[in-house]
Amino acid sequence: MTTHDDPFVLAGRPYRSRLIIGTGKYRSFEETRQAAEAAGAEIVTVAVRRVNITDPGKENLLDWLSPERFTILPNTAGCYTAEDAVRTCRLAREAGVGTLVKVEVIGDEKTLFPDVPATIEACRILVREGFQVLPYITDDPVACKRLEDLGCAAVMPLAAPIGSGLGIRNPYNLRIIVEQSRVPVIVDAGVGTASHAAEAMELGCDGVLMNTAIAGAGNPILMAEAMRQAVEAGRKAFLAGRIPARLYATASSPLEGLIR
Amino acid sequence: MHVIVNDEPRELPEGATVAELIAALGLGPRRIAVELNREVVPRLSYAQRQLHDGDVVEVIHFVGGG
Repeated sequence: MTTHDDPFVLAGRPYRSRLIIGTGKYRSFEETRQAAEAAGAEIVTVAVRRVNITDPGKENLLDWLSPERFTILPNTAGCYTAEDAVRTCRLAREAGVGTLVKVEVIGDEKTLFPDVPATIEACRILVREGFQVLPYITDDPVACKRLEDLGCAAVMPLAAPIGSGLGIRNPYNLRIIVEQSRVPVIVDAGVGTASHAAEAMELGCDGVLMNTAIAGAGNPILMAEAMRQAVEAGRKAFLAGRIPARLYATASSPLEGLIR
Repeated sequence: MHVIVNDEPRELPEGATVAELIAALGLGPRRIAVELNREVVPRLSYAQRQLHDGDVVEVIHFVGGG
């Protein structure tokens, strides 16, 4: 089975790659582009910020990550209210990269955990306004269900706090979310290394979104490649159907025909 | 007239449009979006939309982020 037989359909559009990468914290636009290539990413997140009007600079991130080639997914990072998140999405849409948005409404500065009621409120407004909404949310099955029911295009539960690299803290909640969801489940935040990404996919998640795990690695390009392979390997293992875990051994070699 | 652009005061000729402001900022055809007094300005109306004294403008673009 190849990635061609197993498309990842998000907001009605098929993708080959199940790895979405963030574009923050890289040392240069060139490195960002190389990482996106190495990751095999087709969707990249970006942040919405004021133009520095005293020094606009000559280069723009989108000169390096062409919207013709990549699906650009603007986020609402830094928003602490539903109103700010909605405002940010409206601006992002007018900047001309489509209607797909990653909604995050932060509830706490230290953990960057989402404000669940405010996230739900923002998503409700944005869905009504015709956005295709991908919410960053706690690994809470009830919150994910609410977001799906109000029309989000996917749910994006966290594995662990943003940038923590702690990996999947609650695989059982993720399993419940995967089991109940009729929209794609994308693990967003908390992945630290390749095995975490593989684990998310083995649990049946549809995709993984990460930034710091790649951008903060000693060799970001090599880590991007590792993450691509981990996501592909995890997906294949999920589709293949793993053996049940057993406490005791079962011999792999036949017991008959042993020499005496 | 005075307008506030991204929190900074800016002097513009009377009757200047959003398109003229963008040109004055040297932003050209980059992928940006403009908010005027907290309302998004549709990009097709930049040339018609006039600014007024005391207007508050936000000009955004995309930067690296997760």
